[in-house]
Amino acid sequence: MANSFDVIILGGGPAGYVCAIRCAQLGLSTAVVERDKMGGVCVNIGCIPTKALLHSAHLAHALHSAADFGITVGDVKTDYGVAMKRSRRVADTNSKGADFLMKKNKVTVIKGTGVLQPGKKVKVGNDVYTASKAVIIATGSRVKGIPQIGLEINKTTVISSDEALFLEKAPATIAVVGAGAVGMEFADIFNAFGSKVTLIEALPRILPLEDAEASDTMTKSYKKRGIDVLAGAKVKKADVGKNKVTLEVESGGQTQKIDADMVLMAAGRAVNTENIGLAECGIKLTDRGFIQVDGNLQTTAPGYYAIGDIAGPPMLAHKGSREGVVVAEKIAGHKAHAIKYDNVPSVTYCHPEVASIGLSEDKAKEQKLDYVVGKFPFSANGRARGTGETEGFVKIIRDKKYGEILGAHIVGANASEMIHELAVARENEYTVEEIDLAIHAHPTMSEAVAQAALDSLGRVIDM
Amino acid sequence: MATTVVMEALSPTMEEGRLVKWSKKEGDQVKTGDTLAEVETDKAVMELVARADGSLIKVVVQEGQTVPVGNVVAYIGAVGEKVDGAGSGKREAGSVAPAAAPAPASKPIDPPPAARPPTPPPPTEAGRIKASPLARKIAQDSGIDLRSVAGSGPGGRVVKKDVEGSHQPSAINRPPADGRRLTADGSPYEDVPLTQIRKTIAKRLVTSIGPIPHFFLTTEVDMERAAEAREAINKQLGDHGKISFNDIVIKATALALAKHRACNAWFQDDHIRYWNEVHVGMAVAVEDGLITPVIRNADLKSMLAIGQEAKVLAGKARERKLQPSEYTGATFSVSNLGMFDIDQFTAVINPPESGILAVGSIVSKPVAEDGKVEIRRRLRLTMSCDHRVIDGATGAAFLKTLKQMLENPLAMVL
Repeated sequence: MANSFDVIILGGGPAGYVCAIRCAQLGLSTAVVERDKMGGVCVNIGCIPTKALLHSAHLAHALHSAADFGITVGDVKTDYGVAMKRSRRVADTNSKGADFLMKKNKVTVIKGTGVLQPGKKVKVGNDVYTASKAVIIATGSRVKGIPQIGLEINKTTVISSDEALFLEKAPATIAVVGAGAVGMEFADIFNAFGSKVTLIEALPRILPLEDAEASDTMTKSYKKRGIDVLAGAKVKKADVGKNKVTLEVESGGQTQKIDADMVLMAAGRAVNTENIGLAECGIKLTDRGFIQVDGNLQTTAPGYYAIGDIAGPPMLAHKGSREGVVVAEKIAGHKAHAIKYDNVPSVTYCHPEVASIGLSEDKAKEQKLDYVVGKFPFSANGRARGTGETEGFVKIIRDKKYGEILGAHIVGANASEMIHELAVARENEYTVEEIDLAIHAHPTMSEAVAQAALDSLGRVIDM
Repeated sequence: MATTVVMEALSPTMEEGRLVKWSKKEGDQVKTGDTLAEVETDKAVMELVARADGSLIKVVVQEGQTVPVGNVVAYIGAVGEKVDGAGSGKREAGSVAPAAAPAPASKPIDPPPAARPPTPPPPTEAGRIKASPLARKIAQDSGIDLRSVAGSGPGGRVVKKDVEGSHQPSAINRPPADGRRLTADGSPYEDVPLTQIRKTIAKRLVTSIGPIPHFFLTTEVDMERAAEAREAINKQLGDHGKISFNDIVIKATALALAKHRACNAWFQDDHIRYWNEVHVGMAVAVEDGLITPVIRNADLKSMLAIGQEAKVLAGKARERKLQPSEYTGATFSVSNLGMFDIDQFTAVINPPESGILAVGSIVSKPVAEDGKVEIRRRLRLTMSCDHRVIDGATGAAFLKTLKQMLENPLAMVL
């Protein structure tokens, strides 16, 4: 194996492997150092297997109301273990897909833990590899518990998503701490697999980064499904037993005790900055612990770049992938399209799904923008009525003067797919008028996007 | 590598520029957008701004020198950097000299990415301008010509931030805080940046009828009292001279302009220059064309003085002996074809002025006066207006004042 490359990438997750492919496409000899499976957290213990489990959850839900659709099924029984094994196969298939892409693009994969050395070198085991153009750090992040409140992950009764993804069966009761995307998704999954779920969020509402109306809709939806939702709730005390955890939770001035077989810690992630030789190479961190990068994603050490979670929020796979592409193009001497971080869509794959891009209404208000809101509920959408998925809405916040789409929020089935119309619009500076002018097929849920755009213009048709 | 600073075309018709004054000196640090020098163009003194960051490492054109558009005037680069062949403002090999392009035309030599100047104006394929819908809306609303905007999006696409920057008056032509200035020869004026509505009017009307959107206003003036006054004055003057109807019209026009500054103005790309003095251009037919000598401060001069000056200037014009200072700087013009028995006509504006008065012949004709038909001497005046500067009502108000003065010559001495 050659010991020198144009580019060496530390980490084969969605940022690193996409960066490697783009580097290879641009004619750079490229190596990826990966200590585990290709695809990183996303493919192996993140995005991909959870989506497989969420689909199982979705099917379970759908079967409960099958009779309404004229389909008789016997008792609906769920088996988390079977669903988990299927999710593993999906994850493995995707990881092998990443392996294949490395081969196809002639990217060298170096198995092992890489440590950076000065002079654009990376040490893996006893071997030292040299990069002539750049070393790219894409080591990602991992789950972390909240030891401060006595909830250190013990992998049996206090678990993270890492363990939840490998459970053989769903716990009878589970408390999910943190109602961001991970907490929302596992609450959804375990609820569908028969667990009694309590969802605890410290901030005043679940999905705290989303638009307040999205949080409201999801709170109602989850409560209807029997999930206990506690927002603005603080875990005061945790009594971690061998088979049981008792939490003392304070919300709304009242303290209650919650007994659960398991606690899933879905709050907080830590970036993987330890023991990779950052300080030795002169690579500095920000106050929040991310690697400090400039506008070109270069670290404080020339020739060393950082992409993905480790380079700062939002910690999303698609943001990391795009950074990988941009860095590859810059290293190859091309003019890369600048990343507009406001245009990174955010999706939570719970049911109904929540997807958004740009500003929430609260943020628009906070920034004192002159805006108009257009909204269209799926209860008024023919396609949604047909599938019985009428929960949710499309909400578009537009600039009053020019119709610029300041923010868009979708709660509903397939929101994750519908958000991209608005992502294309925002990236290309289409206004609500262009959204309306694009002819939307009938009947589709996407019509609600066009109707929300029209509503913001004061001329909604279907409501 | 150093970036060249070239003499830019600061107005659409500018072919050369005189470097009036360097605002920065060799060794000074400059940032993109900083004023480097004041440059006198064919129309005004404007600012030459930096298109790159760095140190002003060499100045090759000295104050007072005039160089064609596109020629190198200085270099911006790293401190201590040397430039080759930085002689005397010779045209950079291969550099472009856009005679009529108001867009920045600096041509960097192999610029580092950080110092790359704005991308050239967006490529237009069959007239198509690459611009986002949002940028188009902002541009339309603000009266920004997208063709003059350097796009920063993919392939030079004009995006929001490119036109948002244009909301402010550009660094070039930025007037001082109080808006008041003097030209090189001391004429006071005030530059008022084009308001958004004026920009939109300018843009729309230009696309409608050529570069200067003319419109015409005609009025008929009763000249009985002016004729009587003229006879009386001439009688009194005796051998001391005579005043003509033309002198009366010029004087009245100048006085009316002094009262209607809105018509005593130049259209200047992105602002309107309202002159605080009245210099009336007087179209004079010469052997193979015409020229417009200028009667300066005509509003302050007596009709006799105007008449004498007009006579001298017309004579010099026919003998082609006019000095440039005698035929430039008019703030408004008058064209008189009365002596050719033309009842009424329209004259073409002499840019950058925004108005010209076409004077016909005085004709005796029957008019209704106090319910009776009377034969009176009448004069038809037609004002051509540049609609970018003068609106219908503005022009009409000016003409009304002019008509009142001519119909009641005593008003002129008020």
